[in-house]
Amino acid sequence: MSENKNNNKIWLYALGFLILIGILALPFLLKPSAEFAGADDQGSDIIMENAPGYTPWFSSFWEPPAETESMLFATQAAIGAIIIGYFVGYIRGRSATGKAEE
Amino acid sequence: MHIMEGFLPLIWCIFWYLVSLPFVIYGVLQIKKIFDEHPEQKMILAVSGAFVFVLSSLKMPSVTGSSSHPTGTGIGSILFGPTVTAVLATITLIFQAVLLAHGGITTLGANVFSMGIVGPIAGWLAFKGMRNVKAGMIPSVFVAAVLADWVTYVVTSIELSLAFPGTNIVSTFLTFAGVFAATQVPLAIAEGILISIFFDFLTSNRPKMIASLLKEKSRVSVTDTPGAAQ
Repeated sequence: MSENKNNNKIWLYALGFLILIGILALPFLLKPSAEFAGADDQGSDIIMENAPGYTPWFSSFWEPPAETESMLFATQAAIGAIIIGYFVGYIRGRSATGKAEE
Repeated sequence: MHIMEGFLPLIWCIFWYLVSLPFVIYGVLQIKKIFDEHPEQKMILAVSGAFVFVLSSLKMPSVTGSSSHPTGTGIGSILFGPTVTAVLATITLIFQAVLLAHGGITTLGANVFSMGIVGPIAGWLAFKGMRNVKAGMIPSVFVAAVLADWVTYVVTSIELSLAFPGTNIVSTFLTFAGVFAATQVPLAIAEGILISIFFDFLTSNRPKMIASLLKEKSRVSVTDTPGAAQ
C-alpha cells in the first residue's frame, strides 16, 4: 500500500471518529436538561404501567454498590480493549517486520 | 435491551431459553470446529468477542434523552455468522447478569435471543444481500453493523409486548419501541461507523484471512481490491 493511500485512510478514519464524537455530544446540546436514564429501566417502568399487578418474581442474587458497578463495567470494557489492542499491535508489528500474512 | 431480572413471567423465561438454546449449542460446536480446524482464526474470533464485551459495556447518551448500549455483534456476525455470535453474546450477558445485576439469569434466554441471535441474523443477511448485489465492502459492513445493533432493540420491544400485551399489543409494542428502538438509532449509527473503521483496518492488514472467512461464512467473495470500497 502506498504511503499516500495510507495517509488518506488516516484522514478518513479521523473523520469517522469525529462523526462518532459528534453523535455522542449532540444529545447534550439538544437536550441539556435530560436525565439520560437507562432505556432498560424505562422499559421496566412501562411494564409496571402496563401490568400494574406484576411483581418481579426473581431478583438478582447480588447487586453491586454503584461504585463497584462502575468498576466492573470498566473492567468489562478493559478486558475487551486489551484483546483488541493486543491484536492491532500484533498485526501492525507483523506488517512492520515484513511478515504481513503467513 | 437488557430485560431486567424477574421482569418476564416464568412461561416466557422458559420459552426464550428453549428458543435460544439450539442456536447457542450449535454455535459452541462451530467454535470447537474453528479451534480444531482453523486455529489461525482464533485470534479474530477473540477480537469479535472483545467488541461485544467493550461496546455492550458502554452506556451511551442518545438524542432521545436516555442512554443505552451498543451491542458490538456486527464483526462476529459478518465474519463468523449468527450462531457463533450467539455464544459471544451469551458470555457477555452472563458476565453482566451475574456481576453487574444488569439483565438477568431468568431473562437470559430472551436477551440472548434479541442480542445474540436475531440482531446478528439481520446483520449477517444484510451483509450477504448487499455483497450479492455488488455493494461496496465498507457500506455493507456499515449497514450490517447498524442492523445487528438496532434490530436487537426491536426484538426486545417485541418480547416485552408479547409478555405484557396490555389492552392493545400493537400500541404496547409502539410504546416499548418508542423507548428502545428510538433511543438506539443514533447509537446504532455510531456503532456502524466504529465497526466499519475496524473492518477496513482488518481487510487492509489481513486480506487473505478475511477473504477466506467471508467466503466460508457468508458465501460472498472479496472482489474489491483492498481500499477500493471507500
